[in-house]
Amino acid sequence: MKTLRILAVMVLVVTLSAFTTTDGDGYKIGDIATDFSLENIDGKMVSLSDYKDAKGFIVIFTCNTCPYAVAYEDRIEALNKKYASQGYPVIAIMPNNTDVKPGDNMEAMKARAKAKGFTFPYLMDKGQKIYPQYGATKTPHVYILEKTKKGNVVKYIGAIDDNYKDSSAVNTKYVEDAVDALKKNKEVPVKETRAIGCSIKV
Amino acid sequence: MVMKYSVIIILLIFMSCKNETAKQEVADANNEKEQSVTQITNSDFDLKVYDYDGLEPLINKKDEKVHVVNFWATWCAPCVKELPYFETINKDYKDKDVEVLLVSLDFPRNYDTKLKPFIKKHDLKSEIVAFDDTDQNRWIPAINENWTGALPATIIYKGDKRQFYEKSFTKEELENELKQFLK
Repeated sequence: MKTLRILAVMVLVVTLSAFTTTDGDGYKIGDIATDFSLENIDGKMVSLSDYKDAKGFIVIFTCNTCPYAVAYEDRIEALNKKYASQGYPVIAIMPNNTDVKPGDNMEAMKARAKAKGFTFPYLMDKGQKIYPQYGATKTPHVYILEKTKKGNVVKYIGAIDDNYKDSSAVNTKYVEDAVDALKKNKEVPVKETRAIGCSIKV
Repeated sequence: MVMKYSVIIILLIFMSCKNETAKQEVADANNEKEQSVTQITNSDFDLKVYDYDGLEPLINKKDEKVHVVNFWATWCAPCVKELPYFETINKDYKDKDVEVLLVSLDFPRNYDTKLKPFIKKHDLKSEIVAFDDTDQNRWIPAINENWTGALPATIIYKGDKRQFYEKSFTKEELENELKQFLK
């Protein structure tokens, strides 16, 4: 009987600690990020493993309808133009529930990508299974991954730069600094930053 | 014996909740920097615009009141949905020493075209200030260590007791949280 009680307590401890450590936390620096197969605006499915020659990825959770995401659209495109050819393509993922935000549905994503001339894949997190694993809470929210033998290692989490309002007034380009460091096999100078954004709609 | 394990279980439950109770951080060092407050004058009303150094004292008041601070924007649908609940609290709890402060993160270019018309249209009675500070990586963790930066976000505090919420509220949830501070 005593053993049973102890066992019950132990089960409770494990359950509780499991909830407190994993609930809503998502990835930390150094974690291996999951791959996915998500539909792109051209109707094709895209996975990180499709990019045989990539050295890493700039994964950005973003959308059409958030003003902060809109403020960063041109800068996201510029990141892809600069870094895709260097082995670090931008992979944009739209995480919102499109029943709540119809302005983020596939048709709207296609229209926005066409209007802005996006050259990066703009994927729909259909079923909203991927963003919780990464721990994304808002748009835009960046995860920089480095491809290794173990998998895609998370090297940076946070903001694109330090001025959402005015790209000409930016002092620190967190994402560029991180990718530049990875390219040179150096430590990423700032690994985590906070960014203001719109909560992901569930 | 059963008693002993119950105590352990209760303790564990409390421990699992501990990260929700955020520490209060007052950045005294920031006081050296001159605060920037801009007054935007409009024929009908003035909108006060603060950067973080200007906002900081407003969200760290050392009085006997319960302060409910909500970060919102007119374009943020879940924020707009819960605004009436904050308005209700402002109205119903005013005589119980509760103060509501609505901090708008609308972009400055939209103050005259969107924010002010919104305030007028909905006849908002709570105190409203606009917050304009682009150095998000500084002020987000300064406002709360656990804030990832998503809107809406809310602080309820009284003196040194402080709770931070990165979520939307229902009317009942908000009132229940407020009541924790009224005891």
